[in-house]
Amino acid sequence: MEITITPYKHCDLVKVKGRVDSATAPQLLEALNAKVESGRYKIILDFSELDFISSAGLRVMISIQKICKRYNRGEVVLASVPANIYSALDLAGFTSFFKIYNDVLAAVGSF
Amino acid sequence: MTTVVFPGRYESLAKIGEFVRRVATNAGFDSLATYTVETAVDEACSNIIEHAYGGEERGDIECTCNETADKLTIILCDQGEPFNPDEVVEPDLSLSLEDRDNHGLGLFFMRKWMDEIYFEHPTGGGNTVIMVKRKMRTM
Repeated sequence: MEITITPYKHCDLVKVKGRVDSATAPQLLEALNAKVESGRYKIILDFSELDFISSAGLRVMISIQKICKRYNRGEVVLASVPANIYSALDLAGFTSFFKIYNDVLAAVGSF
Repeated sequence: MTTVVFPGRYESLAKIGEFVRRVATNAGFDSLATYTVETAVDEACSNIIEHAYGGEERGDIECTCNETADKLTIILCDQGEPFNPDEVVEPDLSLSLEDRDNHGLGLFFMRKWMDEIYFEHPTGGGNTVIMVKRKMRTM
């Protein structure tokens, strides 16, 4: 898994590439925790090059979303979600917890 | 029938994923069906490391794939503590974000995405998880 963070004026773009499983989910949690601890609560997860995400990754997504949405201070949105990963999010009931945009540009524009 | 033994650590998950992905693709499963098999196996192996072994480097995971004309069977064996899937509460998908519990999703994926799943406790100890994915299944 590779994480690339690009800060924008109103939000942060976090690109997650490769495989999020029990081995790599702790690194994703650490990266996202560092963002929210620095007071940045508007986060885009760019999944365009994400190959796989397990329940360990989904747990990270939901715990960060809970923190970001608290006090209406922000939220995590998703961009460029591959079809297989969308199926996993949908089955887990996550599609109602995250706004999903077709591309990063639309996601950035939403903030 | 192919059997590969992997060390029981989280780093093995990517290699296990690669192995079952290749088997499922060669068996003729499409992209989504292959993804569902990879997910079920990843979740089962994560459970073995976390719950049966209670941590990394405590034992191996033996992964056997058997393809027949109509299905792919995956058998995962460990030598850890007996795991009882009935003790795991299924996630309640109707709950709001705030109330949603973060656990139970792994087993949920295994049950939803495989056609058959059996948990056995061999007399010699450990656990055996048998998962079946039928071919030509409409997702």
